[in-house]
Amino acid sequence: MENPVLEVEDLSISFTQYAHGAGRRELPVIRGLDLTVRAGEISAVVGSSGSGKSLLAHALLGLLPYNAACTGVMRYKGQRLTREKMEALRGKEMVLVPQSVNFLDPLMRVGPQLARGKREKGVKEKIRAVLARYGLGPETEEMYPFELSGGMARRVLISSAVVERPVLVIADEPTPGLDGTAAKRILGHFRELADQGTAVLFITHDLELALTAADRVAVFYAGVTVEECPAADFGRQAHHPYTAALWRAMPGNGFVPIPGSQPYPGREEAGCPFAPRCDRRREECAGTIPVRREGRDYIRCVREGVVP
Amino acid sequence: MKHRLGFALRKLLRMAVLLLGVSLAAFLLMTASPLDPLQTSVGQVAMGSMSAEQIARLEAYWGAGTPPLERYLGWLGDVLHGDLGTSLYFRQPVAQVIGQRLASSLWLMLAAWVLSGVLGLTLGILAGANRGRWPDKLVKGYCFVISSTPAFWLALLLMMIFSVWLGLLPTGLAVPIGVTADEVSLLDRVRHAILPALTLSLTGVANIALHTREKMADIMESDYVLFARARGESKGAILLRHGLRNVALPAITLQFGSISEIFGGSVLVEQVFSYPGLGQAAVTAGLGGDLPLLLGITVISAALVYGGNVAADLLYGAVDPRIRRGAAKR
Repeated sequence: MENPVLEVEDLSISFTQYAHGAGRRELPVIRGLDLTVRAGEISAVVGSSGSGKSLLAHALLGLLPYNAACTGVMRYKGQRLTREKMEALRGKEMVLVPQSVNFLDPLMRVGPQLARGKREKGVKEKIRAVLARYGLGPETEEMYPFELSGGMARRVLISSAVVERPVLVIADEPTPGLDGTAAKRILGHFRELADQGTAVLFITHDLELALTAADRVAVFYAGVTVEECPAADFGRQAHHPYTAALWRAMPGNGFVPIPGSQPYPGREEAGCPFAPRCDRRREECAGTIPVRREGRDYIRCVREGVVP
Repeated sequence: MKHRLGFALRKLLRMAVLLLGVSLAAFLLMTASPLDPLQTSVGQVAMGSMSAEQIARLEAYWGAGTPPLERYLGWLGDVLHGDLGTSLYFRQPVAQVIGQRLASSLWLMLAAWVLSGVLGLTLGILAGANRGRWPDKLVKGYCFVISSTPAFWLALLLMMIFSVWLGLLPTGLAVPIGVTADEVSLLDRVRHAILPALTLSLTGVANIALHTREKMADIMESDYVLFARARGESKGAILLRHGLRNVALPAITLQFGSISEIFGGSVLVEQVFSYPGLGQAAVTAGLGGDLPLLLGITVISAALVYGGNVAADLLYGAVDPRIRRGAAKR
């Protein structure tokens, strides 16, 4: 078994918010997030919008806004990820593939953006080769972001991530607005990277896509990881009621909606955030929820065993 | 090319309509004003010593009884023939008065315009890129103080400090007193223009800096700056590569939009420093009921401000690839 490239333990992110008057409060968005990403694997983090998924990517790269506070342990290749380390690694070993073309400077041509201001010899050739690898010709370098089509933009964003040879690719919703086929093709590029030994963290709200593309899936609910398991096991033997409910909500598996809605950040109380919507709720759900590990799997639920 | 031509034609047509409207509005305001042009130009004492018959002859000579609409149309007809009329106050053709005044004001306004633009942009970028930290607080503090300071008061303050206490610079006028025109050196002119230009720049900086700061702060929080950081670009590189590039567009709008403010400011500042420029002439014309001169100045300044905005539009097209390439494709 490969050593993990990235380990996240009990990560919590909160924002300082100024409420009415002079009141200041901490607004927790992510609390108790656990995650492991290994080389050669695609690990998906699945959560509905508003569950704090993008913040995870920003936290890993040291890009949180100034009013955010972050606690917990993040390790890269076994070593603590400090701020200095993040700054040294980002763009080189740790790269981000962002959501949309809006993450490119609208007034700068694609070529110079990928070059990141470097003018050394060989940079141009390297960029040309990377673009060619994703089926983009040299004319792409001369284009402005607004001239790229949706699929092209996506491939440019991936290209920008792999100009250097990254160890960890963090893809934050890299497929919104793409139809199934196009999304699968983009994910094929990530699979290719994983097969070459790169660790891929794939953040998405699309469970179906995550299950087809990823090796492991971490389910994220209201800022908490509720379960992490191999994608192949998913649904067949869900350990957490939310995972089971998600599975049943998929079009192919009954299309059963989950009543209620995810709590807003700062609203959830102690205990399991899913408890108010859970049909297997017990009294202990209001207390601290112990984490159960079964092999590499991870379940945060008071009930043992598989959800029937 | 066809697109550009159509653009220019549309802008010219709009300018004609604008100037017509502005001149009409200024004319109506002047006719509604209680000032009697005859009395202000001849003088109250002289008027008092004249017989009723003389006054009637003067009135007939100046056409005081002509209905307003006829007078406006008469003025308009002359203007279309290239004649802006004769100033009642200066007893010179309006075009000549404006030409002289504009020549002395132009350098003043140009200096203030460039200085406030460069300073405002620099301070705004500095503040926006360091939002919430001390450079931001410093710049913001300066801008708020200056924004809430009347320009004429600032002019008086500078005059007191630099002219009265320190005695470094002249208190007013554009050239030294008691010196013939051919003995006036360039240095003299510059020395006289420093304080008015400084006042105009200092007040102009605040507006530009505050707006630039806001834009810069937005840029620094944008997705593309976040991604640039994720790609490992340093803060300095981001500022130079993405910050300046994206702040250029709003800066152009601000810079050319500020022409009107410099114009407005110059009216007060020239008055305080007795600087014989266009602004001072506007005040003289307004208070003296000098209709032809005031209309001339109004139309010229409106044309200059409008020209500034058109220049901004054209520059936009040159700077922004979305407009440049978008238009080329059509």
